[in-house]
Amino acid sequence: MPDAGDGALLAVHGLHAWYGESHILHGVDMEVRAGEVVTLLGRNGAGKTTTLKSVMGMVARREGSVRFAGAETIRLHSDQVARLGLAICPEERGIFASLDVEENLLLPPKVRDGGLTTAQIFELFPNLRERLASQGTKLSGGEQQMLAIGRILRTGARLLLLDEPTEGLAPVIVQQIGRTLARLKQEGFTILLVEQNFRFAQTVADRHYVMEHGRVVDLIPNSGLEAAMPKLHAYLGV
Amino acid sequence: MTEIFGVPTQALFGQLLIGLINGSFYALLSLGLAVIFGLLNIINFTHGAQYMMGAFAAWFLLAKLGLGYWWALALAPVAVGVTGVIVERLMLARLYKLDHLYGLLLTFGLALVIQGLFRHEFGSSGLPYAIPKALEGGTNLGFMYLPNYRAWVIFASLVVCLGTWFVIEKTRLGAYLRAATENPELVRAFGINVPRMITLTYGFGVGLAALAGVMAAPIYTVSPQMGADLIIVVFAVVVIGGMGSIMGSIVTGFALGLIEGLTKVFYPEASNTVIFIIMAIVLMIRPAGLFGAAR
Repeated sequence: MPDAGDGALLAVHGLHAWYGESHILHGVDMEVRAGEVVTLLGRNGAGKTTTLKSVMGMVARREGSVRFAGAETIRLHSDQVARLGLAICPEERGIFASLDVEENLLLPPKVRDGGLTTAQIFELFPNLRERLASQGTKLSGGEQQMLAIGRILRTGARLLLLDEPTEGLAPVIVQQIGRTLARLKQEGFTILLVEQNFRFAQTVADRHYVMEHGRVVDLIPNSGLEAAMPKLHAYLGV
Repeated sequence: MTEIFGVPTQALFGQLLIGLINGSFYALLSLGLAVIFGLLNIINFTHGAQYMMGAFAAWFLLAKLGLGYWWALALAPVAVGVTGVIVERLMLARLYKLDHLYGLLLTFGLALVIQGLFRHEFGSSGLPYAIPKALEGGTNLGFMYLPNYRAWVIFASLVVCLGTWFVIEKTRLGAYLRAATENPELVRAFGINVPRMITLTYGFGVGLAALAGVMAAPIYTVSPQMGADLIIVVFAVVVIGGMGSIMGSIVTGFALGLIEGLTKVFYPEASNTVIFIIMAIVLMIRPAGLFGAAR
């Protein structure tokens, strides 16, 4: 496996994680360099979501090493991790029903300079501007996803952890999210993306990690994805 | 003498005033319970004891330190709130992952311990606390005589209740609170120190109870039992309004005080039970309370 070396913004080594008694991650190793879009591929239950949550510090128990911008975060709580410049967009989107769209958008506090302005976020997701006074959960699925991504863009976080942002969305919305991710990459954001849909992943990512049974089992550069297709089909069982 | 439905207006307005006063305390106390339940998921049975501690703190400040009512209004909620913070850190924080029942048992036991300690120290006969000089006397409104202190209690309670509602529903801090009530893990992952927010919220809810205690000190006798008598009614108010609903607890608090007052005029025999009758009816029709959402 090629080593990203000291240039890695995120370096995960031997990461173990538990939910209660169940041992979910069994020594995950992976690296994400600054400015990259990297995906985690794998079947349901392979540990992709748990990897994102463990990087963020959202699991009750984790061991190993998660270094962000050179600093070890394994013993930090999620609020401390967030303040280093990581932000998560969870799979269930996590839009708050008791907050309107504007409150949802402004909820995550700024952790550092360099985030997008709300005007820039509305430029990416014009729908949100029209719905600011609506209850957060009254939005369509696509709009909720845009809100969930949009709100972590203003915080100044450099590494975005996106958990299946295209899940259950119409193709036209998936395309819009694809364009948004490309735009965010241009803006210098680093993105770690969990994705079931490797056709979508192919359009946005630089590299793909494949996970199985709580471990990373393969690394496929995007340029080699077509050649690796038979192998990938075997991994994903599609 | 003028009458309405065969009741002298003097008596009617007098009872409505008493109802409004009681309602002020119901609203303040059920508001604190709602704030605490919303974020901590704990039914704070210590609330009555903390209200009593507020009244005793006012008495203590005056009798031992010579600090009067206005000082007590500022200092007692802070002092009792700090005891709340300690209780939350040392005990409640260990219960959040368990069933509601454990929080209820702990806070109920704590209330008995606190009341017992105060009874041991001060006896159960009660201590007097005078109305502050500035609020002595009253105003003749023409149709009734309004004691100034009671008018102040109603006004202050309304201001505090609506201020709390405003902060929770309309400010950034309130948005954090509402969001953390729904999904504390995610709010924390956005960089907000949720455990500290929970601790301070409990301290604030307890402070509200103590504030009500200070305001009650010149009206009711300051006694170890004062909270226990009131809290049963307040819990009925909370059940009627809906657990965790902020505006629900305020509106229900004042409304039930008034209903209780009216009952005293028209059917005094039922005045002690009317709130519980309403509670039973509400539970049958809307089990989540008038303003509550099922959770």
